[in-house]
Amino acid sequence: GPLWERPLLEVRLGELHTWISTCSFSPQGLLGAVQRAWSSYCAKYIHVKQGGPAGISMLLAGYSLLSYGWNYQHFKRHRWRKYH
Amino acid sequence: MLSRLVLRAAPAALRALPPPVAVGVLHTTRPLHTTQQSLAPVPPLPEKGGEVRHGLIPEEFFQFLYPKTGVTGPYMLGTGLLLYLLSKEIYVINHETAAAACILTVIIYGIKKFGPDVAAFADKLNEEKMASALAMKNESIQTLQTAIEEEKKEQWRAEGRSYLFDAKRNNIAMLLEANYRERLLMVYNEVKKRLDYQVAMQTLKRQKEQDHMIQWVEKNVVQSITPQQQKESIAKCILDLKALSKSAHAAV
Repeated sequence: GPLWERPLLEVRLGELHTWISTCSFSPQGLLGAVQRAWSSYCAKYIHVKQGGPAGISMLLAGYSLLSYGWNYQHFKRHRWRKYH
Repeated sequence: MLSRLVLRAAPAALRALPPPVAVGVLHTTRPLHTTQQSLAPVPPLPEKGGEVRHGLIPEEFFQFLYPKTGVTGPYMLGTGLLLYLLSKEIYVINHETAAAACILTVIIYGIKKFGPDVAAFADKLNEEKMASALAMKNESIQTLQTAIEEEKKEQWRAEGRSYLFDAKRNNIAMLLEANYRERLLMVYNEVKKRLDYQVAMQTLKRQKEQDHMIQWVEKNVVQSITPQQQKESIAKCILDLKALSKSAHAAV
C-alpha cells in the first residue's frame, strides 16, 4: 500500500525519512500512534487462546530496562573500576 | 484540556435543546465504536500468539537477521552486546544483579515445572465456559425450532376450520328441518282434530234426530192403535196363522 499507511516494521530503511515526514506529531497523532501500538501488541501476544509467559515477560523486561535507564546516573557511581 | 471542556459542555448543550430535537441529534461528541472490533460477529481469538524465543525476544528479530547472518547471528549479537555492556560497565554489577539472578531462576523453574498444568487448568475453564454458552445457544435454537413446528401445526389445524363450519352448518340445517317437520305434524294433527270434531258433531246430531224421529213415530203409531183395531188385528193374525199351519201340515 501507500507509504503513510504501512506500519513501521514494513518501511524500508531508505524510505524511513519520508515516512517520518508523513506521520503527525500533534498530541492526537502521538496518542493515536501509542494506542495503535499498544492495541497491536495486545492483539498479538495477550488476547490469544493459548498465550504463554511471553506476553507479560516482554513487558516486564522492557520495564526493567527502562528503569535501569532512568537510574543510570545512580548506577554509574557504583562502578567497580574507574578506567575501562 | 480544551477538548475536555468541549466534552463536558456538549451534553449540557444537548439537554438545553427541546426533547424531540435532542433525541434525534446524535451524540457525536462521544466516540462510538471506532476500533475494528465493532464488526459483528466478533471474530474468534487466534489460537497461538506471536512466536517468542526464550520468552523474551520475538521471532521476527531472528527472521530479520537470518538472511545476512544465518542462524547464529542474533546469538552472536547478543553475546557481543552483553560483553560490551559488562566490560565498559554500562551495566554495573551490584547486589541487585544477584537478586535478579535468584528471582529469575526461581521464576523460570516455576514456569517450566507448573506451566503446562496451569495452562491445562485455564484451558479447562475456558472449555467449560464455551460449552455452557454453546449449550445455551443450542437449547434456545431447539426451543425456537419446536416453536416453529408447533406454529406450523397450528396453521395446519386452522385450515380445517372450513370442515368444522360445514359440519356445524349441516347440524343447524338438520335441526331446522326437524323443527319444521314437527310443526307441520302439529298443524296437521290440530286441523284433523277440529275437522273430526265437526264430523262427530254432525253424526251425533243426525243420530239424535233419527232416534228422536223414530221414537216419536213409534209413539204416535202406538197411540193411534185403538183397542178395536187391536182386537181385529189379533183375530186376523190368528186366522192367518191357522191357514199357514194348514199349509204347513199339508206340505209335511
